[in-house]
Amino acid sequence: MAVKVIIPTPLRPFAGKHDSAEFPAATVGEALGRLTDQFGALRKHLFTDDGKLRSFVNVYVNDEDIRYLAKENTPTKDGDVVSIIPSIAGGGQL
Amino acid sequence: MPESATLWISRELAERIRNHGAEAYPNECCGALFGRDNSAQSGLGSESDALLPAREVLGLYPLVNRRDDSPHNRFSVTPLDVREAERASQLHGLDVVGWYHSHPDHPARPSQYDRDHAWPWYSYIILTVQNGAPGEMTSWRLSDDRSEFAPEPLEIRQHAAA
Repeated sequence: MAVKVIIPTPLRPFAGKHDSAEFPAATVGEALGRLTDQFGALRKHLFTDDGKLRSFVNVYVNDEDIRYLAKENTPTKDGDVVSIIPSIAGGGQL
Repeated sequence: MPESATLWISRELAERIRNHGAEAYPNECCGALFGRDNSAQSGLGSESDALLPAREVLGLYPLVNRRDDSPHNRFSVTPLDVREAERASQLHGLDVVGWYHSHPDHPARPSQYDRDHAWPWYSYIILTVQNGAPGEMTSWRLSDDRSEFAPEPLEIRQHAAA
């Protein structure tokens, strides 16, 4: 068994059209690292240039937002589901 | 994205976006675009392929603008709203192919803020609403390398493709 990472629709073209991937991972950070190791084109859309998760990338472990857990240090275990869910934002100029 | 990729939307759905923009003015409206992306099916060689648009909007899912601190120039769709929109689209056998929002008293062109927060693959329809009157409607897509937020040809048709 492993951790299942759910890939959101707009990122599936960069992940071989897969809607999920499974990896052994002890933390959310490790799971996302394995995901971007396998699908390098995802990295730019998930992380800023200095390696932080983009603000509009939301990550949940079994429906809990990692911002309210231990962020990327949130532990994961076999069978957990890590979901990447977009926020959508925009607007006109000030 | 293919050079000739065009987003189709019916007059009726385009009018609903315009009405939503007018109702929300002076604030920004926002919502999900339900539809189908046919780009993977192109090149199979049948005559009917020539009639399929690259992507078509077949439904709308108006949403509440969660930016109540600055709704006149910002919109926000939370991840819970995104998930709800996706579930609703699947009930109709469709996908969320993008999002629409309005620019009150600002052109239907993406701002730097739009660009910085965009996701690839999605179509982003922007509607200008000037003094309460809906005007130009455009569509945009972020390039795969995030370097460009390019215009996407938008065709408003009498009827939906399917």
